Amino acid sequence: MTTTLPPATAVSPVVRLRARRRRRRTLVLGVLAVVIVALAALALTLGAASLSPGRALLAAVGVGDDGDLFIVQRLRLPRLAAALLAGAAFGLAGALFQSTLRNPLASPDILGIATGASVGAVYAMLGLGLTGLAVSAGAFGGAAVIALLIWFFAWRQGLHSIRFVLVGVGFAYLASSVLAWMLASADQRDAASALVWTVGSVADVRGTPLVVLGLGLAALALVVALISRWQAPLALGDDHARGLGVPTDAARIGSLLAAVGLVALATSVVGPLAFVALVAPAIARRLLDDGGPALSVSVATGATLVLAADIVAENGLLGVAAPTGIVTGLVGAPYLLWLLATHEKRTRA
Amino acid sequence: MIDIPHRPDVRPAPTAAGALVAHGVSIGYDGHRVIDGLDLTLPAGKVTAVVGPNACGKSTLLRGLARLHPLEAGRVTLGDRDVTSMPRKELARSVGVLPQTSVAPDGVRVAELVGRGRYPHQGWFGRHSSDDDAVVLRSLEATGVADLADRPVAELSGGQRQRVWVAMVLAQETDVVLLDEPTTFLDVAHQVELLDLLTDLNAERGTTVVMVLHELNLAARYADHLVVMSAGRVVAEGSPAEVLDARTVLDAFGLDAKVVPDPVAGTPLIVPVGRHRRADGSLAPDGSAEHGR
Repeated sequence: MTTTLPPATAVSPVVRLRARRRRRRTLVLGVLAVVIVALAALALTLGAASLSPGRALLAAVGVGDDGDLFIVQRLRLPRLAAALLAGAAFGLAGALFQSTLRNPLASPDILGIATGASVGAVYAMLGLGLTGLAVSAGAFGGAAVIALLIWFFAWRQGLHSIRFVLVGVGFAYLASSVLAWMLASADQRDAASALVWTVGSVADVRGTPLVVLGLGLAALALVVALISRWQAPLALGDDHARGLGVPTDAARIGSLLAAVGLVALATSVVGPLAFVALVAPAIARRLLDDGGPALSVSVATGATLVLAADIVAENGLLGVAAPTGIVTGLVGAPYLLWLLATHEKRTRA
Repeated sequence: MIDIPHRPDVRPAPTAAGALVAHGVSIGYDGHRVIDGLDLTLPAGKVTAVVGPNACGKSTLLRGLARLHPLEAGRVTLGDRDVTSMPRKELARSVGVLPQTSVAPDGVRVAELVGRGRYPHQGWFGRHSSDDDAVVLRSLEATGVADLADRPVAELSGGQRQRVWVAMVLAQETDVVLLDEPTTFLDVAHQVELLDLLTDLNAERGTTVVMVLHELNLAARYADHLVVMSAGRVVAEGSPAEVLDARTVLDAFGLDAKVVPDPVAGTPLIVPVGRHRRADGSLAPDGSAEHGR
């Protein structure tokens, strides 16, 4: 085991690797930013009334006739903002879930937390006859209740990832059944308006809910930034993380609370956008490929995904104008199948 | 030999931390006590091996000492400091631990994984300093994996991977290193290589090494201090030459064995008797060991 020290002038492989990682990260974030800007310009331009990109951008900064201003500032900008904010929240939440539970399948859709939010919202609308922000509060409550239940049933002298995921899958089925039962037993017209809470759409989000989404996301992202230091050691497993000095239980609880908060917040405003929280972090991790949690890149991939899906949904590229959540589901489900198939191959190799 | 540059200006004298001592330690899982009121001193600056049959509590003891598992009673001290009540991050600067199973995340490279060992030395925002980089490089070199720095950990062989994990613990720069069966998944050549590496570490940095080992003969060869456990108790401790005799092996492991001097190191060498395969081809008629007790 003879090793020789490299000459003092050579750059250490440690420093070289870190510089390469930094470049890759900057490149990925830069490309995603360009894609988001391009998609945003497209989103402002396309629609029932087609505006030229120039007119749309001028209207966005307040220049143009009343018609243009109304279309861009009252209809398209809020929808664009809702898509970006909700996508960012779902992407970040999914990345936290997956890295904290060390399982690429651990996303709020699969764990039933998003379905819990739908149940809460639909119950608030149909059961209690509430409207507006109160429905969003119902969604928040539903997500929190499911998260607490999973926690209660999965906690045994510490949090075991696989049990958390399995218990979550169980609650996902339970919540979908309750949701289907509520919709089946409701008046048909009420059920139609409640249906959007089972699919999710960024179409009609403006005013207070949008502000709540923006401020809530900012606050939770700050919390995540403060506790994100724990994620890299946690990814090595509990024993290694403790050995490195991470208070693992507190770290898990903190990360999952923040993640549940993000899902509840986003779902309470736009409904569950299927598979975004599952897919966005997986894409982000593949782009970085450094074994890290890819939190900031997941924010960008989530925003990109939802914005792209909403452009497809709004403009009826599927033949019919559909809620955003249907498009994300159509993209996400095949991805999930592919993930399962290739994961199998990788673990066997 | 490996070359570890001495930097006395950076680190305090290695053995300053003192011995790791368990005082009346009890540890259990789900109400079942595995270790009950155990007292044990692990001498500073020495290589200690903990051996014993399966389920004797040796790994549990190590997990308790490293605070990977909570104590039900008792306490652990390191020199004059109380390990049990110390902040975790402070403990991680004094005691490093290599748990039994280690799985690297997909995509992580060798130098990055070893860099995670710097976590307890970094502030809240975790900037890597050039000092961190130097320590990581030294750890890579000390374990002979510097040329693998850019490779994904998942692509390495078992022996290389284990050395990378040891490098991560080295990068923690602790006075004490605890290892839970570090040689389990290695072939015999890599087992010897790893134990030589740990011995170098002890000799050159004065690091206190405590390892749970399965392989009795390697434990006898490499340990300065040997602890034999059975059913949650310490049944013997001392230098391998004092401790390892046929009686102890029979008591602790229920194994009938001859103990002869190791022809290379002169340390005790355990030769199991078993029921079959005698040099003269004989087998005891009742199938039991014929060797006298």
